[in-house]
Amino acid sequence: MTQEIEAVIGLEVHAQLSTDSKIFATSSTVVGCPPNTLTDPLTLALPGSLPVLNKLAVEFAVKLGLATGCGIARESIFARKHYMYPDLPKGYQISQYEKPVCKSGHLEIRINGNLRTVGITRIHLEEDAGKNVHHANRPYSSVDLNRAGVALVEIVSEPDLRSPEEAGAYMRQIRQILRYLDISDGNMEEGSLRCDANVSVRAKGETKLGEKVEIKNLNSFKFVESALAYEIERQTALLREGKQARQETRLWDEAKGETRVMRTKEHAQDYRYFPDPDLLPLVIDNDWIEKIRATLPELPVAVYKRFLKMYRLDEYTAEVLTQERFVAQYYDQAVSAHNNPIGIANWISSELFGLLNKETISIEKCPVSPENLAALVQLIDSDVISGKIAKTVFAEMFSTSATPMSIVESRGLKQVSNPELIQKAIDEVIASNPEQVSEYRSGKTKLFGFFVGQLMKITQGKANPQLLNDLLKISLENKKD
Amino acid sequence: MNELELIRLSATEMRRGLLAGEFSAVQLTKAHLAQIMSTNERFNHFITICEDVALNAANSADKIIAQKKQNSPALTGIPVAIKDMLVTEGIETTCASKMLKGFIPPYDCTAVAKLRSRGAVILGKTNLDEFAMGASNENSAFGPVRNPWDEERVSGGSSGGSAVSVALGSAPLALGTDTGGSIRQPAAFTGILGLRPTYGRVSRYGCVAFASSLDQIGAFARTIEDLALIMEAISGHDESDSTSMKVDVPNYVANLQASKDQGLKGLRVGVPKEYFISGTQSEVNEAVQAGLRILAKLGAELVDISLPNTELAVPVYYIINPAEASSNLARYDGVRYGHRTKSCGSLADMYKKTRQEGFGPEVKRRIMIGTYVLSAGYYDAYYLQAQKARTLIINDFKAAFANDCDIIATPTAPTTAFKIAEKCTSPLQMYLADIFTCPVNLAGLCGLSLPCGLDNNELPIGLQLIGAPFQESKLMCVAQELQRELAFDTSKRIRSRI
Repeated sequence: MTQEIEAVIGLEVHAQLSTDSKIFATSSTVVGCPPNTLTDPLTLALPGSLPVLNKLAVEFAVKLGLATGCGIARESIFARKHYMYPDLPKGYQISQYEKPVCKSGHLEIRINGNLRTVGITRIHLEEDAGKNVHHANRPYSSVDLNRAGVALVEIVSEPDLRSPEEAGAYMRQIRQILRYLDISDGNMEEGSLRCDANVSVRAKGETKLGEKVEIKNLNSFKFVESALAYEIERQTALLREGKQARQETRLWDEAKGETRVMRTKEHAQDYRYFPDPDLLPLVIDNDWIEKIRATLPELPVAVYKRFLKMYRLDEYTAEVLTQERFVAQYYDQAVSAHNNPIGIANWISSELFGLLNKETISIEKCPVSPENLAALVQLIDSDVISGKIAKTVFAEMFSTSATPMSIVESRGLKQVSNPELIQKAIDEVIASNPEQVSEYRSGKTKLFGFFVGQLMKITQGKANPQLLNDLLKISLENKKD
Repeated sequence: MNELELIRLSATEMRRGLLAGEFSAVQLTKAHLAQIMSTNERFNHFITICEDVALNAANSADKIIAQKKQNSPALTGIPVAIKDMLVTEGIETTCASKMLKGFIPPYDCTAVAKLRSRGAVILGKTNLDEFAMGASNENSAFGPVRNPWDEERVSGGSSGGSAVSVALGSAPLALGTDTGGSIRQPAAFTGILGLRPTYGRVSRYGCVAFASSLDQIGAFARTIEDLALIMEAISGHDESDSTSMKVDVPNYVANLQASKDQGLKGLRVGVPKEYFISGTQSEVNEAVQAGLRILAKLGAELVDISLPNTELAVPVYYIINPAEASSNLARYDGVRYGHRTKSCGSLADMYKKTRQEGFGPEVKRRIMIGTYVLSAGYYDAYYLQAQKARTLIINDFKAAFANDCDIIATPTAPTTAFKIAEKCTSPLQMYLADIFTCPVNLAGLCGLSLPCGLDNNELPIGLQLIGAPFQESKLMCVAQELQRELAFDTSKRIRSRI
């Protein structure tokens, strides 16, 4: 008899906050500078240096807390977390331990079309470590402290996740919120977003948690999902043999596709946390919280729900259009300029994204304004240009930022809807292609497309396609009689 | 004026002389440098003498005085000595430890920067107990500092070098740091004035962290006017130190002038029974009692008070202090600056050997204790308990200042200067040397030690005045009145020895 087994997963997600200076020092946080150029006495842990808290980092953490329904602590405390490592210059990391800045929140993830709520235990502020650089064939390593002291938030979830897919969805949702709030770029390749996963398995229906295994430092959605899948399988196999997984910390080895032991419970670190005496308790008053609350944008799940309801988009399109805050804003603005939600959605998700991707331009720097895109769709909807011409116009809008109307006018692309002019062209084509006409009339109706092509050539694609079709059909069939 | 006469002047007198053109800052500096050179071998009070830096600063000072006269900054041309616990841009800063030998900081401690910007001439860096851990100045990688009153005796610690500089006339003013009594106790042992300001009054930026919640920069001087002068220069809020307070700095010098010879009518002086205990040297008790009688004679009302949790202070101090020290000293890993072992295999090996070679025994002892009391499983039993007890001590003082008295008077130390090596074998005996001073640090208050007499061995005795937060001015005004009436002026005796 095989009992059903479920996984219990909690994530600790670290996100780099996009403040210009470090969380306790004045050095810049720009990425890609030569090693150890972004330093100052504190970053180098020079004797006598002292930390001074970056106000913006606090504001960002509170913003995230409010966006995830957390309670904001009126007083929170910074603690020292001790461990010796060359890239941790002070010998301790300043973090929050007993009294974090945000507590008890939640967020919604979508999994197979269903919304699920995942609890957030806490969000706390801390500083990042530096980086050790190991050289091949050299008997030493170098330390780069440019990243040391950069502001991080750690978002700790409740053990509410049940599968690698849910964990992936949760992490994507966090990334989306961070980007909506504009407090982190959430860039996993550059390490701005990374996570540790806690996972255990148990018989379904069991309420007690099993011994948890922590998988450290997962820096891509894919790694999170594959590491968890591997670990769940490993632990399930143990459980089926009647064994328990040991409480330990493991690392994901991407090359081998497996997790391996980093340290066991017996070798657990003793961080010797205690309140940092160089920093006073962080006091956040109501006024400040309300000021920050007032700057909160509409959050991704709310925008998604609104798009479904207000614009009657399908779930896939709504998902695509709410991935990034700027896209959603762009879409909202375009629709408010011309009320064709579906048409505009299609133009954004196909043509606009196509060109942006091709030119690697971000939506924030899109050369086509939402109003101009709306105007273009409006030109199609009111039969001024055809959808085909519109693509040409759009390409020019993208390269020149001109309005669609000015392009249509200057290049004479206006659709011809005058039946007499179209009829004249039809008569011309029929007269100069007698063979094809007789073939058509003898039943080879597939040739209809040939006539359309000829006509489009003559009218330079400007003929109203519907009108052209109707008139052509009549002309070809009339003569048959 | 000859060199001997120059170094006997107070800073206030030096200022007058410089402005009157009686001597130049260069002459003044040379006189002090000469005094350091001729005494340092015996007393070992300086680790670094910065002759060139000092003479350059003195030269600039002379130009500024020539240009601006009365409008030149208050300390222009005045020599000062700096405890080697404070970082000085371009000047080696060692904390009297092998660990930092050769370390030249790229920036100035805020207090030092303030002195420099007011024209002061930095003579050099004074000896101390390694990383300020000690009460005798015997725990220095550069050897002990000797007491000018008796070379066989300790100077007190940890700011012994600074205290001796001022006592010997090597400098009229010196900066020290006080974590558990490290300014007041050596001031008492060498017969001069020492002030530990309220926590947060002087920025700790650039003060090498020992026990962050207890450390405070303060000053030594031979006269109360001088003490006010230097305190006015270094006090005030600093954006670079989150724990420095945004409290206005009174005009200490003017306040002293205004209160001169006003008596102490209306002042309530608390006399805590827990500070007058049997273990104290009898002559110390007697001299302090005599001091109290003078306070009463001057119009002050003596109030018997109780600070019932005083007995907790030493044990609490010796938990919190090493806990913070173990954390603060974690940065000395041999990676970025300072000492690194010559031979090592692994990374862990490098850490171990570097720290083993770099730190002296007292520093290691405190790192071990601190690591222990912060470790999981012991944190609650030791560190957390100590913090709770600390709150009781704070509340004792709060209640006393709220209900009973304006200031508190006690002995500064239970004994006068003891003999070198006398207490070295017993750390616990040594720790008791801070018994009357460390409660002030735990409570974040200000305390001033002034000489109030001599014992039978002709060694100075210190009287401690304790004030509520930011009451430095009151302490100095009381000390001024008290000094005037004391049976003998120790500062004159010191000067006769130079």
